[in-house]
Amino acid sequence: MNISNYLVLAAVLFTIGAVGVLVRRNAIVVFMCVELMLNSVNLTLVTFARTTGTVDGQVIAFFVMVVAAAEVVVGLAIIMSVYRTRRSASVDDVNLLKY
Amino acid sequence: METIPATGLLGASWLLIALPLAGAAVLLLGGRRTDRWGHLLATGTVAAAFVIGLFCTFQLSGLDEPSASVDLFTFIRTGNLDVEAGLLFDPLSAVFVLLITGVGALIHVYSIGYMAHDPARRRFFAYLNLFVAAMLLLVLGNSYVALYVGWEGVGLASYLLIAFWYTRPAAATAAKKAFIMNRVGDVGLALAIFLMFAQLGTTSYAGVFGEVGLLAGGTVTAIGLLLLLGACGKSGQFPLQAWLPDAMEGPTPVSALIHAATMVTAGVYLIARSAPVFDETATARTVVLVIGALTLMIGAIVGCAYDDIKKVLAYSTVSQIGYMFLAVGLGPVGYAAGIAHLLAHGFFKAGLFLGAGSVMHAMRDQVDMRRYGGLAKRLPVTFVTFGLGYLALIGFPFLSGYWTKDAIIEAAFDRGGASGWLLGGVAVLGAGLTAFYMTRLMLMTFAGRARWEDGVHPHESPTVMTAPMVVLAIGSVAAGFLLVEAFPLTEWLEPVFGEPEEAAHVVPPIVVSIGLTVVMLLGAAAAWLFVGRREVPVTAPARVSPVVVAARRALYADTVNESLFMRPGMWLTRALVWLDARGVDGVVNGTAAALGGSSSRLGRAQTGFVRSYALGMLGGAVLIAGALLAVTSA
Repeated sequence: MNISNYLVLAAVLFTIGAVGVLVRRNAIVVFMCVELMLNSVNLTLVTFARTTGTVDGQVIAFFVMVVAAAEVVVGLAIIMSVYRTRRSASVDDVNLLKY
Repeated sequence: METIPATGLLGASWLLIALPLAGAAVLLLGGRRTDRWGHLLATGTVAAAFVIGLFCTFQLSGLDEPSASVDLFTFIRTGNLDVEAGLLFDPLSAVFVLLITGVGALIHVYSIGYMAHDPARRRFFAYLNLFVAAMLLLVLGNSYVALYVGWEGVGLASYLLIAFWYTRPAAATAAKKAFIMNRVGDVGLALAIFLMFAQLGTTSYAGVFGEVGLLAGGTVTAIGLLLLLGACGKSGQFPLQAWLPDAMEGPTPVSALIHAATMVTAGVYLIARSAPVFDETATARTVVLVIGALTLMIGAIVGCAYDDIKKVLAYSTVSQIGYMFLAVGLGPVGYAAGIAHLLAHGFFKAGLFLGAGSVMHAMRDQVDMRRYGGLAKRLPVTFVTFGLGYLALIGFPFLSGYWTKDAIIEAAFDRGGASGWLLGGVAVLGAGLTAFYMTRLMLMTFAGRARWEDGVHPHESPTVMTAPMVVLAIGSVAAGFLLVEAFPLTEWLEPVFGEPEEAAHVVPPIVVSIGLTVVMLLGAAAAWLFVGRREVPVTAPARVSPVVVAARRALYADTVNESLFMRPGMWLTRALVWLDARGVDGVVNGTAAALGGSSSRLGRAQTGFVRSYALGMLGGAVLIAGALLAVTSA
């Protein structure tokens, strides 16, 4: 297998996720982009685990998934509560915490 | 002179100080409970001290070596400094003890009447007792440190008493002025004591006087001049005389106490006590002479111009203390004469002040003599007692001042040479001026037409006030003769000052006496010509000669003090305040302002937009990754 293909795919996914976080306003989309970035990193970890023949990377990928699952729970709850109070899921509307 | 441990009643001479001190403590700590009998207790303690002092003096006169010491306790023992607190009862202390307690007790009695209507009479008597106790410690201490403790105690008590009516701004200011000018002198005394300790390792009289001859001439002169500075501060001598007349803001008995029995006599005591030091330094002694002569003229000149009865008497004190300084500056021939004048002065000046208080009492606290006049008939007792004090002060033949002033002037002439003639001449001229201003005071107060303000009905003071005045008047009449002729003070003080050599008289004593009397009569006649003969205007004439203007402003003493010391001092303070506000505070406040300003500007970056934070994080991550790459690849 060609390792660079996997890495390039991971980099592309990460870039898409990062750009999505920066440019999109909808909190759900931003959230999904964050997941995309996490999963691109998972892909990288698993790739290196396969090439080196160790399980360390795979273990870390599992950790990331668990954390991501927990994060999704909390994050979606926050988005829900924000939407309920503001009738909007735009991250730009949530700007009260500032100087 | 040998000093022997005290026995008998002399051993209890510490009671002299302890009694008034205890009185002050009871009155100050006892609060209102002591209001009803506090004044009696205070008078009693001083009177008891007088009786003890009398017995001590009798016992002392029976001793072969009339000098008794009482060791009390160790005051300071640290390193090389070893100060024993102890008392020294010798002929010099004895005369001061009798003067302080005797005249002090009379003033206490007088104050019972004078302060009868003052709500704070108890506090007044507590301070009076404190004053007397401090003064007794001053004259009874056996070392310069003990003297210094009493010295500062006197300063404190005088401050409290001058500011007794502290709600009056003038009284508060006068008290501060007295305190500060006294501090200037006290610095001199403190430095003299430090110098003694550094050079001799001791501050006790016995130690210092025994070894002062071994010191270098310059050191002794320095000690002498510093002691003189201290004496000038306390005694109101040039250049520190300006506080004494302002001290008149206190109640009149305080003025009597300060001017007759305590406080101002301390300077003369210090110089007389330090006779062995001044014996070693002709320079310092000459300075004492010059200051005495200068001050006696200043006091006499200014006394001629004031209209405030108490201030005239105050400048008269300045002038008379000048005579005493002149006397003790003359050396062994003058010591006894100076002390004799001090004692006689204590009697007649206390009497005059109490008389002035009685007049003010009658005139509703009016002090302007232009508002008096014709009081002789209304206040007969005051007039007679005041008149006797007046005659004693101007040196009317065979009254107190005549004997004692005569002795000083004789001693001044006997000094010989040009300086002797100059000093004698100044002293005689001063006597003439004394006669002038005192006669002026008498004429303006007791003679002539009544110039009272509306609604003033003068009446004689109660017996409790007039009785002390009568006693003091008797003292004014008799003291001089007793001290100079009947029981010569010269002999009594011989153990302290040594036997004065019989000076060759430059001017025969009889000529001095007659000359002095003539000058005195001329002064009195001049006063009659200028004041008694014509109507006294109720307001002071504005168009007067420059000399009178200068005298009315106390020869510009305050002006000089203000322009030389006060204004530069204020400028210095303001410069320091500016430096502190702009310099020190500026650095601190500037740093704080710079940090606060920059942080509020940086705070603007917190926009509240999550996506801009995300961009920042991404940028930071990219930078760190780039930096890592650059480092690892290099």
